[in-house]
Amino acid sequence: MTPPPLTPTNHRKVQLSHITTHSLQDLRQQAAVAAKVFIQRDYTNGTVCQFQTKFPSELETRIDKQQFEETVRTLNNLYAEAEKLGGQSYLEGCLACLTAYTVFLCMETHYEKVLKKIAKYIQEQNDKIYAPRGLLLTDPIERGLRVIEVTLFEDRSLGR
Amino acid sequence: MKNCEYQQIDLEALSTPAPTPSPQPVTENGKKKEKTAKKHRRKWEVFKGKNRFCCDGRIIMARQSGVLPLTLGLILVTSVLFFIFDCPFLVQHLTVCIPVIGGALFVFVVITLVQTSFSDPGILPRATPDEAADVEKQIDDAGNTTYRPPPRTREVLINQQAVKLKYCFTCKMFRPPRTSHCSLCDNCVERFDHHCPWVGNCVGKRNYRFFYTFIVSLSFLTAFIFGCVTTHLALTSEQERIIQELNWVAANVQLLKLVICFFSVWSILGLSGFHTYLVASNLTTNEDIKGSWSGKSGAEAATNPYSHRNIFINCCSVLCGPMPPSLIDRRGFLSAEEEEAAPQAIGREVELPALASKKDINVGTKCVSEESPARPPSRPPDRCGERTGHNPVVNSDTARDNRMAARGARHTPAARGVGGDAHTHHHAKAHHKRTQRGAKSALDGPGGTRASSPSLGRSSKDRKNAGSPPPLP
Repeated sequence: MTPPPLTPTNHRKVQLSHITTHSLQDLRQQAAVAAKVFIQRDYTNGTVCQFQTKFPSELETRIDKQQFEETVRTLNNLYAEAEKLGGQSYLEGCLACLTAYTVFLCMETHYEKVLKKIAKYIQEQNDKIYAPRGLLLTDPIERGLRVIEVTLFEDRSLGR
Repeated sequence: MKNCEYQQIDLEALSTPAPTPSPQPVTENGKKKEKTAKKHRRKWEVFKGKNRFCCDGRIIMARQSGVLPLTLGLILVTSVLFFIFDCPFLVQHLTVCIPVIGGALFVFVVITLVQTSFSDPGILPRATPDEAADVEKQIDDAGNTTYRPPPRTREVLINQQAVKLKYCFTCKMFRPPRTSHCSLCDNCVERFDHHCPWVGNCVGKRNYRFFYTFIVSLSFLTAFIFGCVTTHLALTSEQERIIQELNWVAANVQLLKLVICFFSVWSILGLSGFHTYLVASNLTTNEDIKGSWSGKSGAEAATNPYSHRNIFINCCSVLCGPMPPSLIDRRGFLSAEEEEAAPQAIGREVELPALASKKDINVGTKCVSEESPARPPSRPPDRCGERTGHNPVVNSDTARDNRMAARGARHTPAARGVGGDAHTHHHAKAHHKRTQRGAKSALDGPGGTRASSPSLGRSSKDRKNAGSPPPLP
């Protein structure tokens, strides 16, 4: 039988096979969610985006404290880099002002570039460290930069 | 493996023609096919705030455009009249730079106005149900054992200054510092400055620089036009003046421009000066009016913890700092879970009980993930059209504790009506102080801003204008 033509519905089916065999993370989506832990923002340095590095008690059985704090600290550093007031950001700001801020329509800002880096870093951490332990980090940008959401999945032998 | 089998069945089913939903059995496959036939929805279509969206989510505005058409109209009319009536004369008598400078300023003003009005001011998305539950749990844990409800504030130490974070009942989260809830837009906005009706949008973290550039360039433009018009009048010789007086239209046009520019110059210059002071001290209008850091509200001397203690650095950080991204992701597509949770998905709720098991749903829906289909939007994201009105400026947090409904809340038409060109800031500042005690901006009463009864005396007008269905509880 000749394969059916690529309509939107079966195109999605083809993607489906690609997705389910892609990574451990997607298999995680079949497991039930046991709990969610939220790492809140740390405002001691003002309104810059920083998260609390305090280790939540619910994760004690799942992951090493050092490892987790390392992740959060790296994220904090990345966000600090995004919001850094330095030569480059001033240059970008002045240029934007002179062009009545129309450059923002065509150019990707420094902040957006760093956000992409952060997304990649979180994906990496999830794949290497958190998914094997039944955890999933959600990118804070999806939660309005308010919290880092850590989803704890039920401890099954699925995918291990 | 289960997934493979599922997939095979689908491909076979696809070879049969005309996949209509009704003849298929109500199984996972049937449900899935029905879903994939629907349109994808974007996040702006289910946005919970009272905003309006255009161009498929690219443009965001407040629900009521305020007097934005008037602002645009005034700027356009004055500038066009200037170009038509004054430029030819001045080019002839002075220099050709005049229309060039005027043109550049005009373009600058319009672009920054449009950007201020149509961009996201720094809206914070509302907390997800899980987050909200977690915060509630923390509040309950921290609360005392008496029957009094636990306090909904949190103290943080910012640069050795104690700052109180308040809980927002509408958005179900503790507001970050400098964030305030705009009752007109029904959103928490970061670094909330004020809601500007002239611009028809909130002014917050993301669009403050556009707003500042707008008012500064507008003050230059009005001053420039004013100067040119008076120069024109001064240079007109006696004979030409007599001829002009006979030409009724030309005479009146000059007068009109003079009047508009005169009032605009003083008010806009004043406003620019005020905002320059705010920028230099890294303050927001909201904080300045409430006197958060000037020691007015507190017993001890409070200093602004956000200031860099250096005027130049303050200015640079506010105006030239990195541009923060929009947190609400208007044009993103809804995921499967969000689709099911979305309010318009009424028909969808009927389908869920018929499914075999939850696990199977996860396989079916998650695998489709971002491309999950949706019903076409049944109505625009217009909700509760009744509560909005022309609340000129500042949304007061201080009066929130005084739990009166929004009766006296809105700054009455008196504030609006004073001086057509006078910016409502200045008047609202004075007016705000008068009404602060009795007023409540209906921000955070329990049940949020939706369920509160519409403000008396204004709601009939709003209802007529809005014409939308009553608010959902």
